[in-house]
Amino acid sequence: MAKIGRIVRITGPVVQAEGVAGLEMHELTMVGNEELIGEVVRVEGKMATIQVYEDTAGLKLGEPVKGSGMPLAVELGPGLLQSIFDGIQRPLTVIRDATGDFVKRGVKASALPRDRKWHFVPLKKRGEYVAPGTIIGKVQETPLLEHRILVPPNREGKIEFIAEEGEYTIEDCIAKLSRGEETYELKMYHKWPVRKPRPYIERLEPSEPVITGQRIIDMFFPVAKGGAVSIPGGFGTGKTITSHQLAAWSDCEVIIYIGCGERGNEMTEVLINFPEWKDPRSGRPLMERTVLIANTSNMPVAAREASIYTGVTIAEYFRDMGYNVGVMADSTSRWAEALREISGRLEEMPAEEGYPSYLASRLGEFYERAGKVKSLSGLYGSVTLVGAVSPPGGDFSEPVTVHTKRFVRAFWALDSALASMRHYPAINWLTSYSEYIDYVEKWWNERTNGRWKELRIKALDILKKEDDLKEVIRLVGIESLPETEKLIMETARLLREGFLQQNAYDPVDTYSSPEKQFKLLSAILAFHEISLKAISKGVPVSKISSLPSVTDLAKLRMSVPNEKADEIDRFLDRVQADIKRLAGEGV
Amino acid sequence: MSISVEYRSVQKISGPLIFVEGVTDVGFNELVEVRDAEGGLRRGRVLEINRGVAAVEVFEGTTGLSTTSTSVRFLGKPLTIPLSTEMLGRVFNGLGEPIDGGPAPFTEEYRDVNGLPMNPFSRDYPTQFIQTGISAIDGMDTLVRGQKLPIFSGSGLPHNLLATQIARQATIVGEEVSFAVVFVAMGIKHDEAAFFKRSFEESGALKNSAIFLNLADDPPVERLVTPRSALTLAEYLAFEQDMHVLVILTDMTNYAEALREISAAREEVPSRKGYPGYMYSDLASIYERAGRIKGKKGSITQMPVLTMPNDDITHPIPDLTGYITEGQIVLDRDLHRRGIYPPINILPSLSRLMKDGIGKGKTREDHGPVASQLYSAYARAQELRSLSAIIGEEGLTEKDRAYLRFGDSFERNFLSQGIDENRSLERTLELAWEQLSLLPESELTRIPDRFIKIYYKRS
Ligand SMILES: Nc1ncnc2c1ncn2[C@@H]1O[C@H](COP(=O)(O)OP(=O)(O)OP(=O)(O)O)[C@@H](O)[C@H]1O
Ligand SMILES: [Mg+2]
Repeated sequence: MAKIGRIVRITGPVVQAEGVAGLEMHELTMVGNEELIGEVVRVEGKMATIQVYEDTAGLKLGEPVKGSGMPLAVELGPGLLQSIFDGIQRPLTVIRDATGDFVKRGVKASALPRDRKWHFVPLKKRGEYVAPGTIIGKVQETPLLEHRILVPPNREGKIEFIAEEGEYTIEDCIAKLSRGEETYELKMYHKWPVRKPRPYIERLEPSEPVITGQRIIDMFFPVAKGGAVSIPGGFGTGKTITSHQLAAWSDCEVIIYIGCGERGNEMTEVLINFPEWKDPRSGRPLMERTVLIANTSNMPVAAREASIYTGVTIAEYFRDMGYNVGVMADSTSRWAEALREISGRLEEMPAEEGYPSYLASRLGEFYERAGKVKSLSGLYGSVTLVGAVSPPGGDFSEPVTVHTKRFVRAFWALDSALASMRHYPAINWLTSYSEYIDYVEKWWNERTNGRWKELRIKALDILKKEDDLKEVIRLVGIESLPETEKLIMETARLLREGFLQQNAYDPVDTYSSPEKQFKLLSAILAFHEISLKAISKGVPVSKISSLPSVTDLAKLRMSVPNEKADEIDRFLDRVQADIKRLAGEGV
Repeated sequence: MSISVEYRSVQKISGPLIFVEGVTDVGFNELVEVRDAEGGLRRGRVLEINRGVAAVEVFEGTTGLSTTSTSVRFLGKPLTIPLSTEMLGRVFNGLGEPIDGGPAPFTEEYRDVNGLPMNPFSRDYPTQFIQTGISAIDGMDTLVRGQKLPIFSGSGLPHNLLATQIARQATIVGEEVSFAVVFVAMGIKHDEAAFFKRSFEESGALKNSAIFLNLADDPPVERLVTPRSALTLAEYLAFEQDMHVLVILTDMTNYAEALREISAAREEVPSRKGYPGYMYSDLASIYERAGRIKGKKGSITQMPVLTMPNDDITHPIPDLTGYITEGQIVLDRDLHRRGIYPPINILPSLSRLMKDGIGKGKTREDHGPVASQLYSAYARAQELRSLSAIIGEEGLTEKDRAYLRFGDSFERNFLSQGIDENRSLERTLELAWEQLSLLPESELTRIPDRFIKIYYKRS
């Protein structure tokens, strides 16, 4: 079948070609004399419409369009970690070597290094029958991660040959499988189409929290391993910092960070910090477990659309090795806008705000790729998806936020008012929610004598009361409130300043261990109980709140390191003694 | 290159666009020469090619063009501008042609005005503090070299005054370097342009500056090219000539209006308020042309100025800008009305790169905590102001009243300064501590005790 067509129309990143009968939907195509990479997004008779992942300037009518016979796919194998890729998995390092400090088009680059040797250790023997997804060997890709070599999900058979332990490149044959008449050669990598979720045996209910080290998240609005979360917020409210914090401190084994249509400097920041910052559990550089995908706002818009699929497919691959993988996509709104732009060029009928009518179903498909599964290898793994949303004007009633809400089960609403008061993270505790509480309760209760749920409810209740009281204060002033209500205001202040606020740039505060989180929250709530008693003995709240030890209670988050979390208990004893002294003195 | 064909087949003219029929061998985005009936030459760019029809936007506008007497040539290359260091001290139109009466500057090389995206891997992170001499900026929303930090203003507010003050005063303390200003005016009024030229001449800054002028009555299509021409020069100066370049772009609102006008002429599906769906990407292709590159000496720092339509920060122009830039300086009408210059409202203002440009070894160790405390104290003061407007000062505690005093003094003594007053960072921090000392020591929860011991002024 003739697959070479001719360009008949060019509009921005979208090209139409004629005479291409046989091109398939989502087929990878080479566009123009420079063979720019594109993907088929519509086929009508002999006409195909292609979104081009590179700049189309200078492209002319009549230039050729060739199909590749393959869908857009990623390479999966050793060499993924510590890399930075563009939206279609070309290493930015290779692009730089090819075209210098500015990205030019037409660079052909394999995703994984071909010349690098890896130390392969076989785990199966000749003669064994291996099913799809079986782990047949391993490579210590970085000190932090053992890369398990999988039989591709669409292959199986009897092992006719398996390489001995030794050094191999990813192009070397490390095993041969036979099935009936057919034999296959296996290499350490295989390809998988990005728009097709990788298969697994079964999906499981999530049961463990992702420990993020961010207090408001872990204690109040947790996400489970295998869950999906959205972080919506206007500009400058902290989506990127929150995503960076999760990428840095989450207790996932692998992190995929997708910079989708955002700033170049933010990727640079990760590239500078992650090789230096240490994983709090292993002490190893964070970069050793991280894959970066960068398609910044000024890079071609169609590749932005592809980037989140590239990212989530790599995540599923690590999941299939039995790992917990965290994916941060910043920002899904830019992905949706890319969808809108392409749709507009296709002259599709727009639905809300110019977005195509399939926006919701695409979002749904994406977030459904999160999950905890029993993988084909038999091991359990998970993909947790965290998607930032950038609503125009910070208005959460716009289509991307609204539709995303239908597919995620935790919602961390960032609030411009909090951000402008420099209350960070600016996650609004009244409008955020998590539906994973019941799933992770057991995990927490085992570690907190069963007190986790009760504490979080108490704390949230005080914060809610504070909000109600603010209305009253706005009318009558705080002085006319009864002492118990003044205490609510004081405890709420301590909760906000001493617990909810968490400075990403403070070396101690940036990551809180679960133990420290719990102790901090317990201490502030204990303060509340102790003070209630003192009030009943006639001590005014103003005296309590001006105690130096109470002022210092709000600073413990920065002054007490994780290893010394016990100091919080001792500090509380001091606060208690001080308040009792006040009560003893009388008024 | 083959001699290009002349087409006389203009089929339709709509707004700034002409549609040419029966074209072959035409490339997307390439440069076009359009000749009108009188033989006058205009230039344009191919926006779309659909079968034999090319849609061309004409930079100088379509006034006076007709379907019968217009001829069109496709040049087979993108729009380029000539570049050299001799462009400093000169004034250009949006296409990079001199308009100050002088001769065309000597040309080192030509470059495509659209530029190329900087490889994120090649970027170097901005960390050097630029002292602007303005307390609100240096103290609380610090500018660093390679940052893009816009001024969000409103019509009638003194953003031009502030922009020129910054252009005049910006320095890296203790460093002698080659410094250049690229000043880009888009859709501004003649008297504004005159103000800028005069202010550059008077301060002697003109010799280190290149000015690109596209005035309010110049064609809107040229307005879309103006910042790109200017940034192409900036990139050349920064990354070929090792200069530190400050690019001031004013007024981005006029730019965005031109974008909307052309999008409407193309009959595209609009998104919010009629602006095209690709406005984010389009603005990003301008703002992302700031930064530093590993191994290169120079840098591009951008300070775009925009007027928020109706003072609305959620309007698509400031909104999409804020989503791309690394913070924003927001001017406030209420402060302006009360005679405070510069009327910077620090609460919605932000410099995202501040953290890496300040602190020990860069500015002063207490800088970060002091800024953070000023923010929270001023936020508290504002809250109490509106509260006391309802319940009166009597309803407030003594502590609350201290906050009110702090708020007033902060605006009068810290924010306010003269249009020629160039404050050192030391002075800015000294003023900051004077304000913080109006609050009880126990309120300074964001500042480590060791700094309080040194700097807090007990009364
Ligand atoms: N946890 C935090 N600790 C300290 N500072 C923070 C924190 N979160 C946010 N910030 C501050 O807020 C600024 C903006 O945050 P961030 O860049 O994450 O916003 P964003 O929501 O991603 O904005 P945009 O949509 O424009 O990308 C940061 O530069 C930082 O100054
Ligand atoms: Mg962001």
